[in-house]
Amino acid sequence: MTTVFGIPTQALFGQLLIGLINGSFYAMLSLGLSVIFGLLNIINFAHGAQYMMGAFAAYFLLQWAGLGYWWALLIAPVVVGLIGVVMERTMLKRLYALDHLYGLLLTFGLALVIQGLFRNQFGSSGLPFQIPPELTGGRNLGFMILPNYRAWVVGFSLMTCLATWYVIERTKLGAYLRAATENPTLVQAFGVNVPRMITLTYGFGVALAALAGVLAAPIYQVNPLMGADLIIVVFAVVVIGGMGSIAGSIITGFALGIIEGLTKVFYPEASNTVIFVIMALVLLVRPTGLFGRDR
Amino acid sequence: MVTASGTAPPVHETLTVSGRHQVTAFAVMVLLLVVAPFFIYPLFLMKALCFALFACAFNLLIGYVGLLSFGHAVFLGSAGYTSAHAAKVWGWPPELAILGGTLTAAALGIVIGALAIRSKGIYFANITLALAQMTYFFFLQAKFTGGEDGIQAVPRGVLLRLFDLRGVMTMYFVVLAIFLAGFLLLYRTIHSPFGQVLKAIREHEPRAISLGYSAERYKLAAFVVSATLSGLAGGTKAIVFQLASLTDVHWTMSGEVVLMTLLGGLGTVFGPVVGAFIVVSLENYLAQLGAWVTVVQGVIFVVCVLTFRRGVVGELARLIRRPL
Amino acid sequence: MLKRTAILLATMLALGPVAALAQISDGVIKIGVLNDQSSLYADLAGQGSVVAARMAVEDFGADKKGMKVEIVSADHQNKADVGSAIARQWYDVDKVDVIVDVPNSGVALAVNQITRDKGKALLVSGAATADLTGKACSPNTIHWTYDTWALANGTGNAIVKTGGDTWFFITADYAFGHALERDVEAVVIKNGGKVLGKVRHPLNTADFSSFLLQAQSSKAKIVGLANAGGDTTNSIKQAAEFGIVKGGQSLAGLLVFITDVHGLGLPTAQGLIFTETFYWDLNDKTRAFGKRFAERNKGIHPTMIHAGVYSAVTHYLKAIEALKSDDGTKVIAKMKEMPTDDPLFGKGTIRVDGRKIHPAYLVEVKKPAESKGPWDYYKIRATIPADQAFRPLDQGDCPLVKK
Repeated sequence: MTTVFGIPTQALFGQLLIGLINGSFYAMLSLGLSVIFGLLNIINFAHGAQYMMGAFAAYFLLQWAGLGYWWALLIAPVVVGLIGVVMERTMLKRLYALDHLYGLLLTFGLALVIQGLFRNQFGSSGLPFQIPPELTGGRNLGFMILPNYRAWVVGFSLMTCLATWYVIERTKLGAYLRAATENPTLVQAFGVNVPRMITLTYGFGVALAALAGVLAAPIYQVNPLMGADLIIVVFAVVVIGGMGSIAGSIITGFALGIIEGLTKVFYPEASNTVIFVIMALVLLVRPTGLFGRDR
Repeated sequence: MVTASGTAPPVHETLTVSGRHQVTAFAVMVLLLVVAPFFIYPLFLMKALCFALFACAFNLLIGYVGLLSFGHAVFLGSAGYTSAHAAKVWGWPPELAILGGTLTAAALGIVIGALAIRSKGIYFANITLALAQMTYFFFLQAKFTGGEDGIQAVPRGVLLRLFDLRGVMTMYFVVLAIFLAGFLLLYRTIHSPFGQVLKAIREHEPRAISLGYSAERYKLAAFVVSATLSGLAGGTKAIVFQLASLTDVHWTMSGEVVLMTLLGGLGTVFGPVVGAFIVVSLENYLAQLGAWVTVVQGVIFVVCVLTFRRGVVGELARLIRRPL
Repeated sequence: MLKRTAILLATMLALGPVAALAQISDGVIKIGVLNDQSSLYADLAGQGSVVAARMAVEDFGADKKGMKVEIVSADHQNKADVGSAIARQWYDVDKVDVIVDVPNSGVALAVNQITRDKGKALLVSGAATADLTGKACSPNTIHWTYDTWALANGTGNAIVKTGGDTWFFITADYAFGHALERDVEAVVIKNGGKVLGKVRHPLNTADFSSFLLQAQSSKAKIVGLANAGGDTTNSIKQAAEFGIVKGGQSLAGLLVFITDVHGLGLPTAQGLIFTETFYWDLNDKTRAFGKRFAERNKGIHPTMIHAGVYSAVTHYLKAIEALKSDDGTKVIAKMKEMPTDDPLFGKGTIRVDGRKIHPAYLVEVKKPAESKGPWDYYKIRATIPADQAFRPLDQGDCPLVKK
């Protein structure tokens, strides 16, 4: 058996694959955050809480309506996205004229409220949510057993990321959105309803977070704090990729997943922190991130 | 809170006018704080005072220089660990232990500041966050910090070989003295030529540079002052509570100091003190109610950002039309 | 004038709520339940412990005996500084006589020191660190329900003896995790087993796939989870995904509670083996308690920590009744003198190092088909007699133990 730095190559491939899978989660989550910041200049610190709400929505749909995972994939993002829309209309809208740090503080406060309320109601041990029967089991790849569900996650995330990127960067709708961020008054003068676009975009970003939550529910515990520690990592991903660059977030998400995976093999205690080391290094060299544009 | 938006809190316009009302406010504050321990549990007051100093130091950076640092807890915590270790393991008397902690924070401030100061706005916040997380990790792994348990049973010691700090009232007045010293130092910094240059930089950096001021050096200096005084607060806190723990270096602590400063009033002199007292009281009071603490904190954040951006003291200042 | 009054008012309002807490009289036995009510350990202790304490006071019949008992509670948020501040305030200002529960070893150690300094009493049910009856033992503290040594010994011994002789550890990288790993490793090696590998993960990790993969490739028969709370449940859930158990390996949870099993669901948790010192479905008395408790605790059945709080408070009140004083140090000494007897743990004793002695149980989680309903989760695999369940008195380095 050949080894690389003392780890058998077989095991290494396994870890790389797992890193890729985790990366797809990071990519999906940072996608929503990036869309919101890139197009709206809002730093949505409530993203973690909205991810958690997506997972809970999936749980509720199963418990109360008997609707399974596949329904949840469709319904949960819509429901949570609507909640996001309400948040935007009632609160975020008032902060657009201000420094975007206020938006960060507001969403941070909202995250505290949402997480606190859920925790009061549901405790912190988590609620069970099973992998849908169609996706259980795994495939023996030789160097590891790849759970079918995880393969599905990678595929689905990749698809979503590419679709989102395409819509925003390559379609007319996306062009309107981007124009509206650069110069809202002018775009509005052209007859485009800018405030509505902004609201819908925020809702869309939130829906992406909720979608990630539904994907996470079968493998991570559905608990009120699931987004709390994740938000800061996702934030780091977005910052490294470049705040405002959709492609940057996607690429960085996957890349960081792989790097984190390798760290877990060689220096596992540091696996939570390696992202911040990279963040510090990148920011020192390129303060706007790898693919970012200065704002 | 920062320049071009035009919605920064309305402070400093009349600062050049006599600050007599500020002297009065200061006198009232001192009077209250001297009398308070006879009515209110002194340990609670000491906690509030340490956080008040921390918030004031943080306010220098965010209110007067316009820089939001997301990793300020690092200075509080590292000083706490150093002081605790010095007092417990090396047996240093409290004044030296606290001094040691303060100097650690200052050194850390120079390093982090030098790395971060070239960025502005959200990028500055990002980089301070990244560096803070790395420092957190260091403290998590380092043996001397005791990891999740923290450094416990730190001796209070005897100050200057005269004052036995195990007595609650003695400890209280020492903490009060430290707080007032730090507070006055900050006040002098703000109302000095140095402070004026900082304001000029905050209002319009290119213009300040064109006038010959090295904006980066001034910002760095302010950052280091802020870090040092945060360290003073942290070192003192470790001696008072005889404990140094990871909570003080975690990023949520950085969030708390933002809350205190925001609630009290960004860019006001007395705001952070009031904000710190309110937040510490809330946590104390709500601890009995279990999990509602974070919800209430979140609600305060939301309300403050939406409708109460000037904070308690800021609104008061506006009412009396004088800076506070 | 108005402005100064305004500032005055603002500051007073800020300080007001605290002043209100300060006036409570003595002549009352005041019990403070201090634990985590909002995060990791909120379900296994939390409000349930308060319910348990109340039930203990009621069942003891304090009213009829003319003893005034009050219960207060607070959330230490798993932070040593918050916990110490609350403990100090309770002892100094609120005249609390005894603090109970305190999960989270760091907080427990801090409160242990404070209690000793002030001569009060501490009855620990939630925390795990065996140091409380070892290096940090104190004449003011009794460690009730369980500790890391008991868990390591119970689970480790039992598993190795039934054939699980090669181990791989997944350990939470902090003091408690290290201690648990160290204690179990010692037991495994003593019984002739081998540790094939270990990996340390940061506290509060969401994704264990990488570590589980390493466990799988080690081919160890047993994958030992030296972690707790969310880390444990995540490890278990994801182990199912990667077919660890299907592939022939077994999972050993080193610190698992019935609330964790409830959160995981039986399909995921089945087959798990671990040690507890209480199970509500053990006998008629525990069943009766379990049902009464569940009614008052939103249907959640008691964990061993809740049971420990009940048992400790009961014995505490008995000691006060006999002693007619609530002086902390004296009551603890009396509690050690008197043998214990309650419906939950049966008969037991308290050693001079503060260790409460009672039997422990090796349990296995039932398969879904074997369970008759919610909370019917365990099969008892073995009973570890009281005299073997805890660390021998002379091995703890406790200064109170005379050599």
